[in-house]
Amino acid sequence: MTVQTELVNETPSKLSVGDISKRFRSKSHEVHALDHVSLDIAEGEFVCLVGPSGCGKSTLLNIIAGLDTADEGTLLCDGKPVDGPGRDRMVMFQEHALFPWLDVLGNVLFGLKLKPGLNNAERADVARFYLKLVGLEKFLHANIHELSGGMKQRVALARALAPNPRVLLMDEPFAALDALTREQLYGDIQRIWQDRKKTIVFVTHNVREAVCLGDRVVLFSPHPGRIREQFKIDLPRPRDINSVDLAQYSTRITKALKFHMAAKNGEVAE
Amino acid sequence: MKRFLSAAAFFAVILIVWEALVRAKVWSPIVLPSPLMVGEYLVSAIRDGSLLDASAVTLKRLLLGYVFGIVIGLPLGLLTARFKVLQDTIGLLALGLQTLPSVCWVPMALLWFGQTETAMFFVVVMGTLWSVVIATFTGVRTIPPIYARAARTMGSNGMHTWIHVMLPASLPFVVSGMKQGWAFAWRSLMAAEIYVTILTGFGLGHLLHYGRELHAMEQVTGVMFVIVVIGLLADKVMFSPWERFLHRRWGTQGK
Repeated sequence: MTVQTELVNETPSKLSVGDISKRFRSKSHEVHALDHVSLDIAEGEFVCLVGPSGCGKSTLLNIIAGLDTADEGTLLCDGKPVDGPGRDRMVMFQEHALFPWLDVLGNVLFGLKLKPGLNNAERADVARFYLKLVGLEKFLHANIHELSGGMKQRVALARALAPNPRVLLMDEPFAALDALTREQLYGDIQRIWQDRKKTIVFVTHNVREAVCLGDRVVLFSPHPGRIREQFKIDLPRPRDINSVDLAQYSTRITKALKFHMAAKNGEVAE
Repeated sequence: MKRFLSAAAFFAVILIVWEALVRAKVWSPIVLPSPLMVGEYLVSAIRDGSLLDASAVTLKRLLLGYVFGIVIGLPLGLLTARFKVLQDTIGLLALGLQTLPSVCWVPMALLWFGQTETAMFFVVVMGTLWSVVIATFTGVRTIPPIYARAARTMGSNGMHTWIHVMLPASLPFVVSGMKQGWAFAWRSLMAAEIYVTILTGFGLGHLLHYGRELHAMEQVTGVMFVIVVIGLLADKVMFSPWERFLHRRWGTQGK
């Protein structure tokens, strides 16, 4: 395999979540994280899962990632059942989860070294390609603690993209960043999504963020975690989070979110 | 350079005060030899080879036991962190034995192995082993679980995760444990060498012991000086590079 063939876009995957349930049990109580959730995600689609904390959106992401298993239901990736984590589905976490004992390049190489068919020089070329894609080609040998929060998440993005997955799973990756850095990353992630053709499942509790990024916004409600409503976002790309059209969408979705929360609790959530 | 100069000035002052006290005959030279006498002893002992031979014997014993202790202790620590059963058994044992001053192993070593190299080896291993086990165990237990999760998504599992994630992630603890193990091993070996004569090799401890028997204070002081220098060198050569690496990567040194 050469670097060129390695860098060719993999065709994005189709995901099919079928009637999945998941409960977490601890000594004192039981949490019904997901209750018969079904969701189909098309090849190359950018889907945002939105909802208040405890609604099971992160649990669903972890199940798709193969880090958790469902109690009931099926999960198909391109028609095949998901059995544990795989390089075809890479994850970006809220905490960058970068390894402090490796430099920037070493972190991006970590997953590549586990991928057969490349020699070390080719792996380094691939890693450099993705670091350039996220705008960090000048920081190959920087230590992780020297980077800003936004730069760390860029490295985490490059690390997730490097093994050339078909699906990118993002669990509130920008939640801990300041607003300005986040806006930059919204632009970057849209550009990279169009460029690299991935299926993206993006978890967030920020409705505006979801509208800015997603082709579709899926609304969850908690206790038990269920899908309440879905919204197709028909806005041209690249989208600006501050645009008026976008604000109209997010107002509508926030209203729906409040409605479902109120119906659930008998009170209006924030 | 400035730091070197201030250190040099500090030690020069100590030597000058020391020499002045001896010249003022505050104490008898039998109780406190002058720095010059100690220097003369060191030069002559280096010339006749006794000092270097003794250092070589001691360092060989130390390194042999120390390396063995790490080779056993590191995997044992990892296994203890991995398996609950081992945590409740080996972990508890290690915790208990680590609190035992390693000098306390000397009588047992002598009864088991006699006045042999094996006894010295045993004492050094016991000094090293438990510190390394505890440090590795603690290191692994403090690793954020997100590292292993992230590694799993990238296709790492089993042995690969342990070698490429758990071990490097616990490195700050492991290195400080290795340092503590070194200190314990060094102390217990010195005690053992002063305590008992091993005919197959005279170490620095023996030299110190015979200095006392002969009332040769300059020898006692000179050997103590060598022991301190070896300790310092070991720190600079073996541990400083690791610590610098850790500080640089983890960003833990506030500068």
